[in-house]
Amino acid sequence: MSLLLEKIRKSYAQPGGERLPVLGIEHYSLAQGEQAALLGSSGGGKTTLLNIIAGILTPDSGRVIIDGRDLAAMPEVVRDRYRAAKIGIVFQTFNLLPAFTALENVLLGMAFSGRGVDRGFARTLLETVGLGHRLNHSPKRLSVGEQQRVAVARALANRPVLLLADEPTANVDPANQQKILDLIRNTCREHNVSLLMVTHSLEAAGLFSRVDRLQDFNHPELCRQPQEQSA
Amino acid sequence: MNLLTIAWKSLRQRRLASSLTALSIALGVMLMVLVLVIFGAVNSAFTQRSVGYDLIIGPKGSELQLVLSAVYRMQPPIENLPYPYLEQLRKDRRVVSAVPLAFGDVTEQGDFPIVGTTTEYFENEYMPGQKFMIRGQRIGKLFDAIIGAAVARENGWDLGTSFSIVHGGAESEDVHDEKFTVVAVLAPTGTANDRTVFLNLQGFYAIAGHEKPIDEVEKRLRDFYSADPERLAASLQQLQQYREAIAARAAAPDPSALPAPVSPEAMKEVTAILVRTRPETPFDAISLSAELKKGIQAMAVNPVRPIQRLMSGLIGNVQKALVVLTVIIILVSGVGIFVSIYNSMSDRRREIGIMRALGAGRHHVFGIVLAESALLCCGGGLAGWLAGHGLAIASAPWVIRQTGLLINPWALNSLEVWLFPILAGLAVLVGFLPAMTAYRTDVADALAS
Repeated sequence: MSLLLEKIRKSYAQPGGERLPVLGIEHYSLAQGEQAALLGSSGGGKTTLLNIIAGILTPDSGRVIIDGRDLAAMPEVVRDRYRAAKIGIVFQTFNLLPAFTALENVLLGMAFSGRGVDRGFARTLLETVGLGHRLNHSPKRLSVGEQQRVAVARALANRPVLLLADEPTANVDPANQQKILDLIRNTCREHNVSLLMVTHSLEAAGLFSRVDRLQDFNHPELCRQPQEQSA
Repeated sequence: MNLLTIAWKSLRQRRLASSLTALSIALGVMLMVLVLVIFGAVNSAFTQRSVGYDLIIGPKGSELQLVLSAVYRMQPPIENLPYPYLEQLRKDRRVVSAVPLAFGDVTEQGDFPIVGTTTEYFENEYMPGQKFMIRGQRIGKLFDAIIGAAVARENGWDLGTSFSIVHGGAESEDVHDEKFTVVAVLAPTGTANDRTVFLNLQGFYAIAGHEKPIDEVEKRLRDFYSADPERLAASLQQLQQYREAIAARAAAPDPSALPAPVSPEAMKEVTAILVRTRPETPFDAISLSAELKKGIQAMAVNPVRPIQRLMSGLIGNVQKALVVLTVIIILVSGVGIFVSIYNSMSDRRREIGIMRALGAGRHHVFGIVLAESALLCCGGGLAGWLAGHGLAIASAPWVIRQTGLLINPWALNSLEVWLFPILAGLAVLVGFLPAMTAYRTDVADALAS
């Protein structure tokens, strides 16, 4: 099992002191190498869920098991290193660092894993996504599609078990959407990496054999239950 | 790829702001290095045992003036001592060597000080372990001269050059009739000797107008030897014989046919006497100095002590003030670095969020910002240090030519050892707050921004 979520609760504090429930997930899982699209409307908690899976946010309660270890129970320092080693993230806006070349952006993904950088593998990844000739180009000299491909290569740089993609085609023209999704899916398949793509696009989700709707298994009201019971 | 590389890339991204802040540090450090190099040279020139002598003996007066005039040739002489006193000193068992100096005149060209002395001056070390290197021959004739390296260079003089001297100092227009000839040139010594013209002491006495009226000499001898009637009597006897010889010549039918009477020693004077005492008994110098202090005739001065007092009392304070000023400049530059990095933090919030999302820990982003500060401070400092020494190296020949100060641009001041630890401390100081901002960055918020 690549990803297992159990009894995840998440709410945010409101200015008035009340808490706004966002997530209430009893169970969710993704098998090793499995690919799934997670559909959800804007403000539905998709990004919060993704941040919890990535260990960027911690849930109020529950377990986030990635490759057999509970991310939510780890101290932050360990969680950061575990994220670097086990999880790849492709952001909606690519988030390449402008000061670094394409190759350096991929190397940057390796720099924090504690395993050291593997320049050869970084080159191979960029060649895999068709950017072998653009290794030393800075992001501003790359097209939008090329930038997204660098982001994919960077996400896979540490040979993760899970790749999280947050609306990866939201800023890409329709002609390139299919190409990028194919690239992400094929590369993940090639490296046996589980893929969870969060999107609000039915068209993008339609390419996946497994499509989960967040609203089907997210019950934020569950967050209130302990309070209601205690009241 | 390590934190320093990442920090360096971030700085390159903001290359204009980074360059300007590093430049401000570099300028501050460069100024500090130049201050240290220049004061190091001044310090070295003035606090070394610039003469290979234990004592300088001269008339009673200012100790500093005696040293500045006799060793550094920067001040007019105080007064003179009678020549017989030199002979008296030479007979003292504590004295190994007593070298007379007579000065007060300058060259007509270049205003270089004239010093009448004996060959012993060139045989002795001019500074411990350093002997004069002389190109040419020893002073043999009355009007032979040996010139310092700077005199030769600036006046374009060499062996065989003939020159005139001006009586009494640069402002005087009383040019002596006698012509002197360069017979030797000294190699550079980095001391006042480089800017000095040395004459045969007897030649110095032979210059017309240097001999004082007999009555004036007599009065001075009476004052000088007031407590020593035996020596006074001997000197007065010499004066009396000299007076009679002059009168006899004047009374002759054709005085010009008779040779001029030879001046007795009592008529001669020296401006200062450089004394070496027995090296095996260092107390000799102290006892001689203390003995002279009690009397009214002369004073003996350690050539180092008055200059050390001057250095620590005045020049040292000027140096401290300039160093403090450059430290303030560096601190202000440090504030500039703080402002530059701190202002960039809001623009870099997302960048920090991305790095955190890629697995960078809080300590990583803290380290990256601190490394940026260190690169700016230490990189700028290194550039300034190299520029300072580079400028010192480039300008050293010019400074030496202009001032005679021997600049050693490669010499490191002990304060420079502290430069980089201080810069590293400054980097931590100015980088800490921005680094803490990076440390505290909320990843989810930063990515959403």
